[in-house]
Amino acid sequence: MLSVDKLVIEKGKIYGIIGPSGAGKSTLLRILNLLEPPSHGSLFFNGMPVTKAGKQVLDMRRKMTMVFQRPILFDTSVYNNVKYGLRARGYAKKDITRLTNIALDEVGLTEFTNRNARSLSGGEAQRIALARAMVLEPEVILLDEPTSNLDPANVAIVEKITKRLHEKQGTTVIMVTHNIFQAQRMADEILFFFKGKLIEQGSTDKIFNNPQDDRTGAFINGEMIY
Amino acid sequence: MTEIWAGLLQAAKLIVGLDRELLAIVFLSLKVSTAAVTTAALIGIPLGAFLGMRPSVSVRWLEKLINTLMGLPPVVAGLVIYLLLSNKGPLGPMELLFTPMAMITAQTVLAIPIITGLTLVAVRDKHKEIRDTAVTLGASQQMVIWTIIREAKRAIMAAVVAGFGRVVAEVGAVMMVGGNIQGNTRVMTTAIVLETRKGNFEFALGLGIILLIIAFIINSLLYKIQGEVRNH
Repeated sequence: MLSVDKLVIEKGKIYGIIGPSGAGKSTLLRILNLLEPPSHGSLFFNGMPVTKAGKQVLDMRRKMTMVFQRPILFDTSVYNNVKYGLRARGYAKKDITRLTNIALDEVGLTEFTNRNARSLSGGEAQRIALARAMVLEPEVILLDEPTSNLDPANVAIVEKITKRLHEKQGTTVIMVTHNIFQAQRMADEILFFFKGKLIEQGSTDKIFNNPQDDRTGAFINGEMIY
Repeated sequence: MTEIWAGLLQAAKLIVGLDRELLAIVFLSLKVSTAAVTTAALIGIPLGAFLGMRPSVSVRWLEKLINTLMGLPPVVAGLVIYLLLSNKGPLGPMELLFTPMAMITAQTVLAIPIITGLTLVAVRDKHKEIRDTAVTLGASQQMVIWTIIREAKRAIMAAVVAGFGRVVAEVGAVMMVGGNIQGNTRVMTTAIVLETRKGNFEFALGLGIILLIIAFIINSLLYKIQGEVRNH
């Protein structure tokens, strides 16, 4: 069960969410991405309360996007996968073409434009998922262990693309990762979760060099904590 | 045994020689079954898709009913349609009994549960994996639904093919409501029954071979589609 008293996500930062398995990290991401409502409490986005359904929620959803650990690609071409969100938002055809081609170029997949997306490797699939997210120029991007199934070369590519997205568009990045070194490399702020509770939140430097909670320190040092 | 070989040889001659009566029976069979499956698909696919996107708890009883009806004996379907269309039935005035329309109706009743049930499973499978992705990409409710159905299209096609396979080979329903009238409601399956009873084995065998070829084509198609579903 996830239980968070208060959590504030500031615009334009990269957040790394770490913690042992079952700590509620992915559940948090689903709630932040408005895929599931919290059972208690309130959620605000850009100062506006998130209601249960309706156009307001759809408008909020369209300002954010999520990349899953195992991305689900549609059974169609890479191009059609990447342009999906633009179609959903009613972009004009020429804008869709232009933006999609730019996104494919950014992730280095232009040569696969017409290939069926499901025929690509895990690393390429994750890049398609990122392109699909980037092309929307979201205010917030949520990443649920985006590199856990990738080899080191593809991990580096995905991290580079994510950083570029953040630098170019000022996108707020919220990333769940089991790789604490990745969190240290990429994040401005770290959130440590344990048994459904937010134990500690702070700058990356503070969390890694001077954690306030023993459990945070133990986790970062690679000790098993229960 | 010699009789069987002779029968097979005669049957081959009838097929190759494009016997008119044989062809008329085959075309009527295909016409009736195609019309039935098309109608069943128009009802079953949206219904199956709707149920597949509901939480399974809320539609459990309906699912059980559909699964039961998937095994509906053709003679029972035929009996129900017969009673409805007979002179004393509520639809008697329409005078549809012993017409191809009655046969189409009976086969539609047989095909709907199969197409609905298989579409439901296909959509439910896709719903889980596709919904979250489509929603996070900003799709509206309608676009999410359309995306799920599109992603399930191969499995839905397999459902329609399975429905066709069921109805083209059934005899009970069409016998009861069609009456096996020569030149009017005689289809492959009812003709095989009649010709066998008459001892006209060549004709029966000829129709049987064609029915087998159709069944083979259907199964091959189903196998190919299901292979594509697995690979995706």
